[in-house]
Amino acid sequence: MSAPLRGLLAADPVVATAGVALFADALRDQAVPVVDAGWHPPLPGTEAALAAVMADPRRVAANAEAVARMTAAEAVLVDVLPASEALGLERGTFLHAGPPVTWERASGPMRGALVGAVLLEGLADTAEEAERHLAAGAFDLEPCHHRGGVGPMAGVVSPSMWVYVLRDEVHGNDSWCSLNEGLGKVLRYGAYGPEVIDRLRWMGEVLGPILQQAVRSVGPVDIRAIIAQMLQMGDEGHNRNRAGSLMLLRELLPGMITTDAPATDVAEAVRFSGANEHFFLNLGMPACKLATRAAEGIAGSTVVTTMARNGTDFGIRVSGTGDAWFTGPANTPEGLFLGDFGPEDANPDIGDSAITETGGIGGLAMAAAPAIVKFVGGDVPFALAATRRMYEVTVGEHPMYQVPILGFRGTPVGIDVTAVVRTGELPQINTGMAGRVAGTGQVGAGLVTPPEQCFTAAITALAEAAVR
Amino acid sequence: MTVHVELRRGAYHDSVSLLQVSRAVAGTAGVQAAQVAMATELNVEVLTGMGFAVPGAAAPNDLVVALRADDDSGLAAGLAAVEDALRAISQSSAGTGAADEVPPATLGSAVRRSGATLALVSVPGAHAVTETYDAIAAGASVMLFSDNVAVEDEVRLKDAAAAADVLVMGPDCGTALVGGVALGFANVVRAGPVGIVAASGTGAQQVMCLLDAAGVGVSHCLGVGGRDLTAAVAGRSTRQALRALAEDPATGWVVVVSKPPDADVLASVEHQASGLGLRVHWAILGAGRADLTAAVEAALAAEGVDVPAWPATTVDADAAGPQGPSLRGLFCGGTLAEETMLVAAETLGEVRTNLGHDPGLALGPDLRHDGHVVVDFGADELTRGRAHPMIDPTLRMERIAAEATDPTCGVLLLDLVLGHGAHPDPAGELADAIRDARDRASAAGRRLPVVVSLTGTEADPQDRAECARVLAAAGASVFLSNAAATRHAVALLGGAR
Repeated sequence: MSAPLRGLLAADPVVATAGVALFADALRDQAVPVVDAGWHPPLPGTEAALAAVMADPRRVAANAEAVARMTAAEAVLVDVLPASEALGLERGTFLHAGPPVTWERASGPMRGALVGAVLLEGLADTAEEAERHLAAGAFDLEPCHHRGGVGPMAGVVSPSMWVYVLRDEVHGNDSWCSLNEGLGKVLRYGAYGPEVIDRLRWMGEVLGPILQQAVRSVGPVDIRAIIAQMLQMGDEGHNRNRAGSLMLLRELLPGMITTDAPATDVAEAVRFSGANEHFFLNLGMPACKLATRAAEGIAGSTVVTTMARNGTDFGIRVSGTGDAWFTGPANTPEGLFLGDFGPEDANPDIGDSAITETGGIGGLAMAAAPAIVKFVGGDVPFALAATRRMYEVTVGEHPMYQVPILGFRGTPVGIDVTAVVRTGELPQINTGMAGRVAGTGQVGAGLVTPPEQCFTAAITALAEAAVR
Repeated sequence: MTVHVELRRGAYHDSVSLLQVSRAVAGTAGVQAAQVAMATELNVEVLTGMGFAVPGAAAPNDLVVALRADDDSGLAAGLAAVEDALRAISQSSAGTGAADEVPPATLGSAVRRSGATLALVSVPGAHAVTETYDAIAAGASVMLFSDNVAVEDEVRLKDAAAAADVLVMGPDCGTALVGGVALGFANVVRAGPVGIVAASGTGAQQVMCLLDAAGVGVSHCLGVGGRDLTAAVAGRSTRQALRALAEDPATGWVVVVSKPPDADVLASVEHQASGLGLRVHWAILGAGRADLTAAVEAALAAEGVDVPAWPATTVDADAAGPQGPSLRGLFCGGTLAEETMLVAAETLGEVRTNLGHDPGLALGPDLRHDGHVVVDFGADELTRGRAHPMIDPTLRMERIAAEATDPTCGVLLLDLVLGHGAHPDPAGELADAIRDARDRASAAGRRLPVVVSLTGTEADPQDRAECARVLAAAGASVFLSNAAATRHAVALLGGAR
């Protein structure tokens, strides 16, 4: 048997301190190795809830289990299908990004995307008519997350849109995500002009079937393997997907060019996919969704399983509190603007793409993608420090997703509500920016964090659910 | 005159560091008054009392910088001093400064990253439970200096610690010595065979210093918190500590320093100790029991060590003159206050205190009474939102000055505890206050003898012998044994009673 108290009395002490600096100084005066935790008070008003949650005897094991499941979850691309088939989406129901939202509270880009989807489905002839129906509550609005999937930016999905279908055999879960429309004026950024609707029609009639045949012939495709590689090639999987997109295209290309579609359609599908730097984002997102889905519903766990924004609210969900959303007003990202756009043109944070951070890539893996710092005018140490800060608020490190410049250390994974509340260190999210006015499209890209309220509300609910 | 009140959001510093900042700024030429503090309820009260108008929006996590200066140039000098002092604090805690380096953001992270075996938690009480669970989960034993921790939290923390095979020393644990390292307020004592398991702070320091004066050294001193041997906590940490000391090759015998324990708990702990083959001597402070000095003497005798004459310096009797009738014991150390109350009551009868025993003898919120009084300035209710009096002696200094002009005050009995963590020059400050008090009493035609219970060793950074000389020069009698100091003070009342 080893010495009692883990050998406390036998070893030369190394001391960690929290609180009065005087005591740390007194130890340094004795030449004792001291690390000070730089303690400061937690987010205001949380101390009682924090104490109750920290005392929950299930917490440590539940969080370890959450991260074990997140990192064990598979993500294999198995099919490409219309949403009506893949998830039984009914005509007249529209899925959207983020926590639940009503038309009244929806932001410009969310409204624009909904209008576009109504037009695409032929449920209105004009934008004005679509808005009237939407305002009258003629259609059902529901978060993508409630159907087990994710949508970037506005994330609006209607029955005729095609989706990638991904599978996690380990936990028996499926997830899905819409096909990427490319950059510029696109539905997910709230644009709904004729060129947007035409492109969506082409994606449904030409691109979707070609990708379906390709996946069925060359698949299944291991999406986690691509993520692991792209992190070693300068991508972080949220705002930078260049290497991932090329690797995905490499996997699908043999299948795409051997479909029975006309050669001109195949050529256009390949050109469209190859020209899109974010082609992979719509695979990385559902892969992370499968990871976080596996970690849902573990009693006592304080690990975040969803971070998502609808352009009005930022919402999070936590393993130990199941399906409950904890929301606060979405922040507006800071970063670089396209063309003449400026900060006043940007809509508050929007999209389900923060699932990448929730799953341990994106902003949390910023150190893997130093080129990202151009968005905020920072330097490379800024990118490294961003990931290092995230290790302080996460439970574990991802065994597959590694950061070369940090000595192939696993990415920080499993955002811990208690750590965020204690430190005030909010998860780092890399994101695109949508125009504030419906129909504008993308105006820039940059960095953002969730509002504190999401985490203070979550710690209160976790405290109510805590075991004494 | 220029007044400046400024609120800084999200700029947290601990109360002790800010006390140093306030002192540095107040000492700047041209500055009349300065207070740099977190806007806690208590500090806002203090600031208001100083005549500063604190904005209503101030929250406990905001830093208030309040200055009153002779003129604009005095204010500028004061604000520059604020910046210098704040910078000095942050520098002392900064890392290597690499641009991408991120210091640990939580105590658990600090433990994991450093491989720490021990965590020292001294955050305000409301946050202490959170930090302690975090350290336990990271695999470190915890010295829990913080007070204001509920007993049910203490029990659950100690159960969690036992399950993780780590020790929670505390709460309200002021002193510890582990592997030769002094934690919190701790004296520099020689190494030796005695393992100490102690309720809290100054009782253990007194015992360690008495042993040191007897030439006997200490292997480890493990704090367990003042409630550990109550029925509620049931000796959870004491048992773990005894088990560890029994297996420690450096420990030969053990002294347990405690308040009166629950009888059943005591019996079962004694049973455990005999099962471990550990020689345990008890120094239990309670009515009708031996004082700490007597307990140490008994332990030394039982271990075959000669009991020395404890260091004491008595001043020649003051000139004759009227003297107040009552003892006024003003203490920083809780256990020392407790012992003084017990020893004094044997002779004086009723002694009023804030130690929370007999409600009939409890002091009111102003802590004043015409009769015999013992005040513990380190009590929970006096340290909420402010530093312990061993760091911030303001309240006790004010009270010493008040006693000087109180005709009912017959003898002032003060404690002074040296060692790591304590004020670097506490004797000088206290000697000035003693001299001032005696002068004021004498100006009013009264005699005011002063007795100091001085806990420390020659090896302490402040040097006990030198401190004793300084205090004696100010007219105080000085004792190492707190019990002896108390008996001397009571005897000095003799003529007056």
